[in-house]
Amino acid sequence: MLKDITIGQYFPGNSVIHRMDPRMKIILAVAYIVMLFLADGFSGIAVGVVFLAVCYGISKIPISLILKSLKPVIPIILFTAILNMFFVEGDPVFQWAFLTITKQGLATAGLMSLRIVCLIAGTSLLTYTTSPIVLTDGIERLFSPLKKLGLPVHELAMMMTIALRFIPTLIEETDKIMSAQKARGADMESGGLVQRAKALIPVLIPLFISAFRRADDLALAMECRCYRGGEGRTRMKQLKLCSRDIIAAIVMALTIAAIVALNIWFPLAVK
Amino acid sequence: MSAITVEHLTHVYSQGTPFEKTAVDDVSLTIEEGEFVGVIGHTGSGKSTLIQHFNGLLKPTSGRILVGDRDMWADPKKIREFRFMVGLVFQYPEYQLFEETVAKDIAFGPTNMGLSAEEVQQRVQQAARFVGLNPNKLEKSPFELSGGQKRRVAIAGVMAMNPKVLILDEPTAGLDPRGRDKVLNEIKQYHKTQGNTVLLVSHSMEDVAKYADRVLVMNKGKVAMFDTTEKVFARSEELSAMGLAVPQVSRICRGLAARGLNIDPNCYTIEQAKQQLLALRSGKGADLNA
Repeated sequence: MLKDITIGQYFPGNSVIHRMDPRMKIILAVAYIVMLFLADGFSGIAVGVVFLAVCYGISKIPISLILKSLKPVIPIILFTAILNMFFVEGDPVFQWAFLTITKQGLATAGLMSLRIVCLIAGTSLLTYTTSPIVLTDGIERLFSPLKKLGLPVHELAMMMTIALRFIPTLIEETDKIMSAQKARGADMESGGLVQRAKALIPVLIPLFISAFRRADDLALAMECRCYRGGEGRTRMKQLKLCSRDIIAAIVMALTIAAIVALNIWFPLAVK
Repeated sequence: MSAITVEHLTHVYSQGTPFEKTAVDDVSLTIEEGEFVGVIGHTGSGKSTLIQHFNGLLKPTSGRILVGDRDMWADPKKIREFRFMVGLVFQYPEYQLFEETVAKDIAFGPTNMGLSAEEVQQRVQQAARFVGLNPNKLEKSPFELSGGQKRRVAIAGVMAMNPKVLILDEPTAGLDPRGRDKVLNEIKQYHKTQGNTVLLVSHSMEDVAKYADRVLVMNKGKVAMFDTTEKVFARSEELSAMGLAVPQVSRICRGLAARGLNIDPNCYTIEQAKQQLLALRSGKGADLNA
């Protein structure tokens, strides 16, 4: 059913990583991506994998969730791996007709696959441990310097927050309307493409009407509480960098330094 | 002949996830043909989940549901047939309206049944009459109508399918007192003339007391009571333990009886109480004046 769709995929918890400042988490997620691309050998990637495993361990996110987040990218991983396997030149280990697999190709394929897995799992950790609302808050703060350039950062963040807030509501609403129309015999599971598209009309029209009604109500409720944009607005939850954020940043910096060091002392492990 | 038979029905939401919740737990019951059943229960007692099984919107996690003598899920491809046999009016059904005109919206169900155009037309007229909808409203857009009228159009949309069993989930929520009485009387009238089975889910004990022959009380996913209205409302202590109440009239009669007045403590409608009090006055009027 529609209810099973998870958006934002936040996994509630109370670990150190959950409690970290969202701004720091976003910055560290970007730093982690940079780190993955700095590492150009297996030893470097191994550091990245270990780092991520430790983070997941601390955050107590179940392994099944990591696998779930990786599922949609499996085709991309396979595609990258196969391309690398056949097209990297070097010492051949297997040859058939025009296909050649080289030692270097295998290594690159493995490296790239690991890199993509880490990339997805690493960024997923951010969304698993940060609720969407907190995340937009963090984004707003990070982008606030852009206000000087005339970018309506607060308004954009507010739009994002409202959109996120209403996704579950609208999903529930869709579910209800679909049930109601099914109870009147609407057939949404069979028929050709045109017929199925037509079968959506009885769901979409009430949904749109209800979305507009909700937007109206929300606008009124916000105005009643004197909302007038981001100017001079204070926050209930102030974002503060704590010692844990600083420590996390230091650990990340040390890891990146370690990878750079590995690159220098064990250069080009692959090629 | 039974209209709906439920055998050991259990429904678990999000099975196998941390959000797993048993909404209906091993429920068995039989609803007879032609009955008017009131369904009451605290919010989250599983009544909405239960009624959504009756027309196949939800599939039981385990157990069977028979409509007449046919197993509903014997052939999942034929589930639509059961949706026409058991009509379900959801809470706030006016939010499901979508057509250009009221008539077209009421016709949505009958058209899905594959009836002929004349038959559909006839059903629309009939259903509109049942809910007291003025014929000149039929060609209007449903979005121009008032809240109460929209509600009645939505109910007519299900009545037009002429289901053997009509289930209404809080059809009067959010209506003013006059609109509420109107809708309930129309449902009662429909029940009388069509002789169909009607299930009315309600939070108003007064409404249930006034209209239902039998009352189904749900509590924590189980059937707490399923008996005649009189017998159910006689168990007021158990009902209040479940966070439910008996009708106000029942409480008054009980109080009067406790104070030594010769009155049946188990009457549950205003009509019954009135008769009792009048009889009391003509018999020994001095008691009342005292």
